[in-house]
Formats: sequence, C-alpha cells, structure tokens
Amino acid sequence: MATESKTITINMGPQHPATHGVLRVVLELEGETVVKARPVVGYLHTGIERTMESKLYHKALPCTDRMDYLAPMSNNLGYCLAVEKLMGIEVPEKVKWARVCLAELTRINSHLVWLGTHALDLGAMSMLLYTFRERELVLDIYEACGGQRMMSSYIRIGGLAHELPDDFDTRVRELITTVRERMLDYEDLLTNNQIFINRTKDVAVISAEDAINFSLTGPMLRGCGINYDVRKAQPYSGYENFDFEVALGKKGDAYDRYLLRLKEMRESLKICQQAIDGMPEGPFRAHVPGVVLPPKEDVLTKMESLIFHFKIITDGFKTPFGAVYQAIESPKGEIGFYISSDGSNKPHRVRVRPPAFINLACLPKLVEGSLLSDVICAIGTIDIVLGEVDR
Amino acid sequence: MGTQARLGFQLLGIRIGMSQTQGKMAGMEEKVRSLMMTRFADAVIREDNFCDQQSFYIQPEKLVEICEALKDDSGVDVQLLSDITSLDWLNHDQEKHGRFEVIYNLYSLTHQYRFFLKVHLPADKPHIASLTDLWNGANWLEREVYDLMGIVFDGHPDLTRILTPDDFEGHPLRKDFPQNWEQPVFSWNKDDPPEVIN
Repeated sequence: MATESKTITINMGPQHPATHGVLRVVLELEGETVVKARPVVGYLHTGIERTMESKLYHKALPCTDRMDYLAPMSNNLGYCLAVEKLMGIEVPEKVKWARVCLAELTRINSHLVWLGTHALDLGAMSMLLYTFRERELVLDIYEACGGQRMMSSYIRIGGLAHELPDDFDTRVRELITTVRERMLDYEDLLTNNQIFINRTKDVAVISAEDAINFSLTGPMLRGCGINYDVRKAQPYSGYENFDFEVALGKKGDAYDRYLLRLKEMRESLKICQQAIDGMPEGPFRAHVPGVVLPPKEDVLTKMESLIFHFKIITDGFKTPFGAVYQAIESPKGEIGFYISSDGSNKPHRVRVRPPAFINLACLPKLVEGSLLSDVICAIGTIDIVLGEVDR
Repeated sequence: MGTQARLGFQLLGIRIGMSQTQGKMAGMEEKVRSLMMTRFADAVIREDNFCDQQSFYIQPEKLVEICEALKDDSGVDVQLLSDITSLDWLNHDQEKHGRFEVIYNLYSLTHQYRFFLKVHLPADKPHIASLTDLWNGANWLEREVYDLMGIVFDGHPDLTRILTPDDFEGHPLRKDFPQNWEQPVFSWNKDDPPEVIN
C-alpha cells in the first residue's frame, strides 16, 4: 500500500505547562517537523484597558500590576511616568533613584523566573528551585516596601507610596552579593551544559531584518545585535546618570538570548549598586497640591492638607487635554503607555503597548520548519506572560 | 568617596549628553516636518506638538504612501512600527473630525526619534488600508484594533478577532459598548429557563 505524505494538526495548550499560561498553539506537523504554527491568544483577556477608562487616574494604577505580574514595578513606573508627563510633574531626585533601583530589581525578578522556567522546559529541573530561591529575596524587598509581594503598586503618581524601609539599603546590598555569587552557579549548570546547548543553539533563530519587521523589542531584538534599549535611546527617570552596558547578541538564537539575559541581570545588579551608593536624601513624594497626596502628618494637623487629601481620594485630579506616550524598558521589551485625556479626571483611553504580545506574533517565524520539541524552546525564549499578552 | 566622585563626574557627563540629544531631537523634528510638508503638503491636515511629541493628522487615503516614503527616506529612516492604537471620540468635540482615531506610533532606530501619524475615521463603517505589506508586525496590532474597536483594515491577510472569542458581539473598547455586559463563552443552557415547579 502506497503511503502518501500527510500532515496532522495538533493542539498545544491552552492547558500545557510549557506554554507558560494559557497560550494555545495550533501546529500542523509533517512527521515531527512543524509546517505551520498558529498561536491563539485571548484566553486571559480581562479588558484591563477598558477597566482603566472607568477609574480615576490614581485608582487605575493597580490595574497595571496585574498585566505583567512578574514585573509589577516596571508597569507602575511606565504608567506613572506617562501621567507625570501629562501633568508636567517633576519628581524629587531621590524618587528617581529609588524607582530606578526598584525597576532593576524587577528586571532581576522577571529574568530569574524566565531562567528557571526556560531551563525547566528544556529538562534542567533543578534551575527552577535555585532561581525561585533568589527571587524570594526580591519579593521580600517588595514586601518591605509596599506590603505586597507581587502586586506591590508601590510606585505612585508623583513619587512612592511610602518612605523606603529603613533596611532597604542593607537588603539590596545583600541581594546584590548573593545573586552575583549564585549567578556563577547558574552558569556552571547551564552555559557549558551540552544538553542545554544542543537544545538552544541555532534554535528559534530570527534575523535582524525580520526582528525589526515584526516590531520586536527587548532581548528578542537585542539578541540579533540591534542596539535598541529605551534606557539608553530615550532615557527616563534619570537613567542617563547610570553607567551600564546594553547587552547584545549576535546570531539571534535561543542560546544568544540566554547569555544576553544573564548579562542584563549582571548589568541590573550594577545599576542597583550605583543607585544604592548614590541615593540622594529628600522627600519620597513630589509636592504638588491637589494631585499628589500631602504627607500624612500634615493631613492630621493642617486644614488645607486635609481638604486636598479628601479631594484627591474622592474626586481625583483633572488633566490637560491631549495625549502622551511614555515608553520604558520592561524586562520583556518596550512597554509603552499611550494615555489620551479629554480633560476630565478619568483617562479617556489608556493603551498599553504590550511587549510580550508583539514579540509573540513572531512565533510562527521562529518555529516553522523546525522540530516539534523546538516549539517549547521558542515559547520559552520569547519570555511571555499571558497576563500581559491578553490584558 | 570614590564612588561619589565618579557619580559626580557622570552627572557632568550627562548634562553635556542631554544637550546633544535635545539638539538632535529638534533637528529630527524639523527633518520629519520638512519631508511631510514638501512631499505630502495636501495630505497633512495639521501638526500637533503636545508634550514635545510630534504628531501629524493625515488623510486616511494617503497613509500607505506616506509610510512607504518615511521608511525609504534615509534622513528619517523609520524602521520600527512601534504600535497601532485607536480612540473613540463619541460625545466629544473631536467627533466632528470623525468618531474614530487611529494612531500609528513610528520609531526610527538610527536617529532614535519617535513620532506619530494619526487619522480620523467616520463612525459609519470605519476602514483604512492595512500596513501588513510594509511591516509584519502590523498583523497582530491591526487585528487587535479590529477586535476591540471595530475598525476594518483593507488588505489584511487574516482580519479575525484576536483577544475576544470568535462569536463575540460588538467591540468592547467602543464607548457605547456597555462596560458591565457579559457574554458567557460557554453555558449548559440551550433554551429558555425551565418552568419552576414548587
């Protein structure tokens, strides 16, 4: 009996541990080779952008944590910077430095989870246990700052929610030493590991032209050697004061992006060190009556402060008519907030440029023509968080 | 002490760097403006510079032509289509220009410069040409705008819903879409509720 070549269609996800959440990929296979891949998203769509339209500016902030739940502080920072740009608020120097430090801790947090899960997908089970152990240190700092471990909402419009904790300085220093030391262990486990190299080298390759054509940002774009980092290209929150390098890859394969993310973590540690060493003294909130909450002791002793406090909490503040866009470098890539204001106390529209959503669109390009097992590697190397992809 | 001195030095360095970037920004702004005004004077409705962000309101018919020119011109060199998004101006003054606004966020990697193209579209059957021939990245971005705002992109290879289910009714980011309205994706009920027997 003659056999003819046939393709079969299989469904991967949306409940599959290696799809990092509720991603579904419809794969058309010929033997073990992927002929066609179609990612299907939207299983976690919660309408966050629409929800933010119905809230006052400062009450829309907690929504941002819930998008990319591995990088809450980056999302907070992007939203706050956008509103501050719209209102023309200048925050104190100390706030800028603290925000930079927190945003870099977030990058370490997100990359640690990425490293653990990516290695787990490829069979290196123990990595997950080690990286989650270090991630705990970052979460402890979040908890000390904002009282919450994941949805911290600590960065607020015009400053921070509270004063930094007294032991912030020692905790961050401790984290820097520990993580720097333990990263050597990660490298021992993975960088020269033959299985890991075989699974990642020349897998999920994308060329520089394609990367630009697909609007990729973050490690996905830099992995092909294109130097685009929002922290350097359009510095925000005082990043121009810090000395760090932008990590770049060469070939644009999964192994390159692994090395690149490790380097980024080391650069983040460097930035944290500089931020802690040079943290200036000063208030933790800008003084903008009617927009930023007054200090609590003033609320209890001064009439005007009490009135402002009450007005901000109940009525919010009005913004000038217009639209602003603020991009920041989140661990996944360029996250941008496009806030359109119609002059009222609620945003007319908040658009989030989701880096993971846009990076995920290139998945068919990465996997078509490769083996089924490489799909797992490709999904891992894009570094998606479905909360942000679907919003 | 050593660290402090180094940081002070850096601060000085940045101030010089800052003025250079600002100068470059102004130069780019002028370059983009002159390109738009010389080649597409009739297509540009107005220019807007809110919060130092350059944006051009253009005629929707000229969008693809303008994007092609911006991509090919080495002086501007827009390579990255950063984002596509949309607004609904229902019951606002802006509605007179057209109810919907589509915003194209363009970024030049070589010149590190970002600017926006904006178009107004009418309330009745809003449609505009797709940019998928120029950028693959436009594919999902346009699908999202179609899904949530109901703007049709002509020439898109696969214009289907992306975030909401395929049989979803309405476009949830439109201002007249009821915010608390649920459309259950799955239900065991096939008919009307049965009569209650006590």
